[in-house]
Amino acid sequence: MKGIIGKKIGMTSIFEANGKQTACTIIEAGPCVVTQVKTVDSDGYDALQIAFGEAKAKNTPKAQIHHFNAANTTPKSVVKELRNCSITKQLGESITCDIFAEGEKVSVIGTTKGKGFQGVVKRHGFSGVGEATHGQHDRQRAPGSIGGSSYPSRVFKGMRMAGRMGGDSVKVKALRVVKIFPEQNYILISGSVPGHNGSIVLIQN
Amino acid sequence: MDAIVFVHQQLNANASKSYPTFKAGDNITVNYKIIEGVKERIQSFKGDVIKRQGTGATQTFTVRKISDGIGVERIFPYYSPNIDSIVLNKSGRVRRAKLYYQRERSGKSARIQEKKRAVQVKAK
Repeated sequence: MKGIIGKKIGMTSIFEANGKQTACTIIEAGPCVVTQVKTVDSDGYDALQIAFGEAKAKNTPKAQIHHFNAANTTPKSVVKELRNCSITKQLGESITCDIFAEGEKVSVIGTTKGKGFQGVVKRHGFSGVGEATHGQHDRQRAPGSIGGSSYPSRVFKGMRMAGRMGGDSVKVKALRVVKIFPEQNYILISGSVPGHNGSIVLIQN
Repeated sequence: MDAIVFVHQQLNANASKSYPTFKAGDNITVNYKIIEGVKERIQSFKGDVIKRQGTGATQTFTVRKISDGIGVERIFPYYSPNIDSIVLNKSGRVRRAKLYYQRERSGKSARIQEKKRAVQVKAK
């Protein structure tokens, strides 16, 4: 597995060689700094800890500042771990978007936009009552029955109801790297990725 | 937003096409490349522009024509590499930027008046 942390910039569309218009997302990916190399011997598992985005030194705890200093870098805002990473990098080395090639399949992990408290129709795709007449009064988007009365006499765990929606970590698989601009650290990925513009995403494969 | 502008500049750098300026109400012919397997041919679509939408590299325009009595609309991306050329046939006099009202019209009332332009007359 290999990966890089990035910032979602926004969406656009480009024309590919065959003349087809493809919707794609621009991600400012990297450069990320390797802040720790974990191995089976020392930590029990193999992983690469990478950091991305500048943070103010005055807002960073001293322990973290020393951790970044050990990697010979400035304080970073996002730190993530790549387990069983196929990239061999030493402490303090940087990872750039050229680890990916154009046309490669990748998956993107991000946090979806928060939707707030939503009903079952939007949150779980319930169809609602479906009719406005025949005595429905004002419950067209109601969930209906949530269980039997005499049996089971309780509500089953995991019953889908209204509640907070969005803000979940979601992985979108099988997206394609359309284009890479190595000098600007921009990666163009086909389709949409989770989260709002400016949110942090992890591109991996 | 700067990143999006940058990406478009990079991608459209080699697309040096110049089309005549047209707007909603104009009658244009779009010569569109159609690729069938290995063969490529050009199909022309002639009609009235009823809408120009979007900005920058993703802008599109919609052309409407009446084909065998049935209204046909086609949306073209302005910077599509498959557009061979655009010919401006007539510029129309309209008061709207989006001519959706044309969808409810047919026959005589669907005609768009041609815009009269001042032409320099050569002195005798």
